[in-house]
Amino acid sequence: MNPVFDYHALAPEIILTATIVVVLVADFFFRDRERFQTSRLATIGVLAALVPILTLAADGTTRTMFGGAYVVDDYALALKGFFLLVAYITLLVSVDYIGEGDYYQGEYYFLLLSSVLGMVVMASARDLITIFVALELISVPTYVLAGWRKHDTKSNEAAIKYYLFGVLSSAVMLYGMSFIFGLSGSTLLSKIGAYASRPDLPPLFAVAIFLTLVGFAFKISAVPFHFWAPDTYEGAPTPVTAFLSVASKAGGFVAILSLIYFGFFGTQQAWQPVLWALAAASMTLGNLTALRQTNIVRMLAYSSIAQGGFILAPLAVAADGHAARSAFEAVVIYLLIYGAMNLGAFAVVIAVARRTRSGEISSYSGLGQTAPVLALLMSAFLFALAGIPPLAGWFAKFVMFRAIFDAGTPSAYTLGVVAAVNSVIALFYYAGVARRMWFRDPSESGVETVPARTPPALGIALGLSAAVVVVIGIYPQLFARIGEVAFPG
Amino acid sequence: MDWFDSWGVTLAVFLPAAGMVVVLAIPKAQERALKLTTLATTLATLAVGVGMLARFDYDRTGALQFQVNKSWIDVIHSRYHMGVDGISLPLLLMTMLITVGCVIYTWDHFPDPRTPKAFLALILLLETGMNGTFCAEDLILFFIFFELVLLPMFFMIGVWGGPNREYASIKFFLFTLFGSALMLLSFLALFFLSDPQTFDIPRLAAQGGVGIVASTQNLIFVGMFLGFAIKVPMFPFHTWLPDAHTEAPTVGSVLLAAVLLKLGSYGFIRIALPILPQAAHDWAPWIGLLAVIGIIYGALCCLAQRDMKRLIAFSSVAHMGFIMLGIATLTNFGINAAIFGMVAHGLITGMLFFLAGSVQERYETREISRLGGLLDQAPRLGWILGFCAMASLGLPGLAGFWGEFPAMLSAYNPAAGISQVTFRVYLVVAAIGTVLAAGYLLWMFQRVAFGKVKTEFAHAHVHDVHWPEWIAWTPLLIGIVVLGIYPNLIFRITDGAVTNLAHGMARAIG
Repeated sequence: MNPVFDYHALAPEIILTATIVVVLVADFFFRDRERFQTSRLATIGVLAALVPILTLAADGTTRTMFGGAYVVDDYALALKGFFLLVAYITLLVSVDYIGEGDYYQGEYYFLLLSSVLGMVVMASARDLITIFVALELISVPTYVLAGWRKHDTKSNEAAIKYYLFGVLSSAVMLYGMSFIFGLSGSTLLSKIGAYASRPDLPPLFAVAIFLTLVGFAFKISAVPFHFWAPDTYEGAPTPVTAFLSVASKAGGFVAILSLIYFGFFGTQQAWQPVLWALAAASMTLGNLTALRQTNIVRMLAYSSIAQGGFILAPLAVAADGHAARSAFEAVVIYLLIYGAMNLGAFAVVIAVARRTRSGEISSYSGLGQTAPVLALLMSAFLFALAGIPPLAGWFAKFVMFRAIFDAGTPSAYTLGVVAAVNSVIALFYYAGVARRMWFRDPSESGVETVPARTPPALGIALGLSAAVVVVIGIYPQLFARIGEVAFPG
Repeated sequence: MDWFDSWGVTLAVFLPAAGMVVVLAIPKAQERALKLTTLATTLATLAVGVGMLARFDYDRTGALQFQVNKSWIDVIHSRYHMGVDGISLPLLLMTMLITVGCVIYTWDHFPDPRTPKAFLALILLLETGMNGTFCAEDLILFFIFFELVLLPMFFMIGVWGGPNREYASIKFFLFTLFGSALMLLSFLALFFLSDPQTFDIPRLAAQGGVGIVASTQNLIFVGMFLGFAIKVPMFPFHTWLPDAHTEAPTVGSVLLAAVLLKLGSYGFIRIALPILPQAAHDWAPWIGLLAVIGIIYGALCCLAQRDMKRLIAFSSVAHMGFIMLGIATLTNFGINAAIFGMVAHGLITGMLFFLAGSVQERYETREISRLGGLLDQAPRLGWILGFCAMASLGLPGLAGFWGEFPAMLSAYNPAAGISQVTFRVYLVVAAIGTVLAAGYLLWMFQRVAFGKVKTEFAHAHVHDVHWPEWIAWTPLLIGIVVLGIYPNLIFRITDGAVTNLAHGMARAIG
């Protein structure tokens, strides 16, 4: 079989690959002082890759390649656009952090973009092997990135933990996938889907699905497979943490979404209980542990575990009632909004750390007086994460609850109550940081503040995230429409 | 004036938000510009309100006027549907008036830490939330505005509050959020069970819960009840209120008491009763029971308070009990009384909190036992306090009377199908509550205003009422008198709308 290349459909991937090569090679030719130019090249590449996404979206036809293993449809395009924008913001957040530290620059952007390429591929992958390759392409560069501060033992620990857990989960996942291939005779999700809707499935198929999902549960750091996340998040350079907690996590969610909607949908009894348990445990344990954190990054790590639970919740009831469509939309919309909220929160953490050189929550005391704009932005992101209207987070929670009501089963309602209680618990620690920033005196922070201006790149990242959080909160239709269009059914 | 009919409500709601953006853009050193901008914004908003009052068609108070119905979030079938009818108009105007008063009152005594910019911006954001709640005709829109008031009030208590402010602010936030989470679930359930599916309040009210199984209706009603009852607050969900009120800065307490509590009782009238009449009917005796417990419990707590502000806070629990009793009768008469009570309580308790703030500012304490002889040192302040205490205890001829007395009367004859005996018992209990109210208010007034000035303040120089206080208070005081003498001013606006509501409910129950 001679594969047909649709160059238009593959343009984003091709542009990204070209950028990766250029960044790597250009790094050799820049003198030390000019190294920061690599970040510009990377940024231009990411933005250029967005152009074909727009033209493809305007074109609107679904393009299928490689025997159905690679599909460019509205769903893929929406998420590719999301990943590229997240990459853009991550680049903005990274520039000064990486430039000012004693780090290798060219390699950083090379690795970051490789991971982004993996995500862009993931959005189109409709085949077990493509999904696996995409996932490894996302993960492997981030193992290295997590250990970027190589003279720091915490960073080393972060990288090793992340690497070991990542490899383990890949192994478990592959094991599951091999059973699926063995039973269904294909790696194509569409063929697996046809197999999965047969009435007489062997129990082994359920085991296979279980193993595959467990593998992804590691990637999205769902409880009880989350142990690596807080340590890795804390040890990794903060821009990398932001990237891990948003982009690479979203990569895992997109894989689960594709697997379930294009592959396993017919065998709901095999995956719904697993996802239900993962969702409920992630929300509850993530939140309860977050309450006790004293380090802001660790708190955000646990909060992102809990948010992951909220994103999983609609999937856990997706095949009940008539929730298929609204659950799909809920996951996509939640991911988009979560991306803006979390990246924004991490951008503030980076900006504040430039002043205080501290990651302790206590160091945020009195930030409202010393840096009112940063404190205002941080409050906006945190209350958005808590789901307080009129900030965007409310709509994410809303679509999640809508999917649960669409499912309408007792187990769905139970999950809904768990989610409702958890959103109240979550407020406590989000508001706790806000309290420190506004209600306490700067003298309680226990750190020396060095006057540091927020660099323009970081400022743009903050502004973009804040704009999304406010505009989408007031006019959610923009994202809701993306979610609606993305639904493939 | 066509543009006013279609833009009036939007202006009334979003002018304050626009003003907030301007305030945020002004450098914080330019205090005068900040204050003037805020004052101009709130006055302009009030002017819009007065314009609405002038353009309002008093022959059709039951119909939504100044209606806007534009697409907003199509994907979830939620629309930007706003409007004003006889139920919301008085509350909207009261809110606008009190906000102007708050801005003037803070003119030159901002609470510590003195950061006028943030404080004024929060007042404006709060006004958008409050006005929006009274105008929203879509459940999701209502939810957004209902929640929008949380953040500004949280910060107002937490930043400018008293010594225990951190605890009070987070308690207020968590309680309300818990209620509204359940309320949102109820709204979603209503959406899915309505046919055709909609979040539109008038359309849901027209369906009147038809086709929803009684047990499900009751469950949904409980969710909404918790959301609204925590906000009101009804016994036993009131525990956030004394803390929040006591710790909040004066203006925060005023807005909290005068307007925020009404969002809860307004929610009952606007949403819970018309949309689920059958469930409201089933739950009415229980709501009435909690209401009268609140009346007695609030009054007894008042008798035990040593702090002026805390006393007024508990008196709010009692007064809101009368309002909820009126609502629980589900009669035309009772609901009219409740709306009147909401406005009257807004004006009177708003004034009382202003006064408590002014007393604290002068004596740096609110402890009743340390005060005394206010009439000697600041006679005008003292007499205004006396006047407001009289109004609050329900003296005929002042506004408070027309909230409480008809509410009790309506309990004599609740809506058809609700146990008369039960409600007549409630009537008796509520009547005891009025006696207690007279007791604690007069006792408070006597201890604060009469007698000799305590030695520790004997040589203190106590200012009588300042000019900003006069300007802020005069409209409220006039309102208390005028509404007391001529209550028809409000009843004539509310009656048509409430009659519609009562008819709709009676029809739905059959």
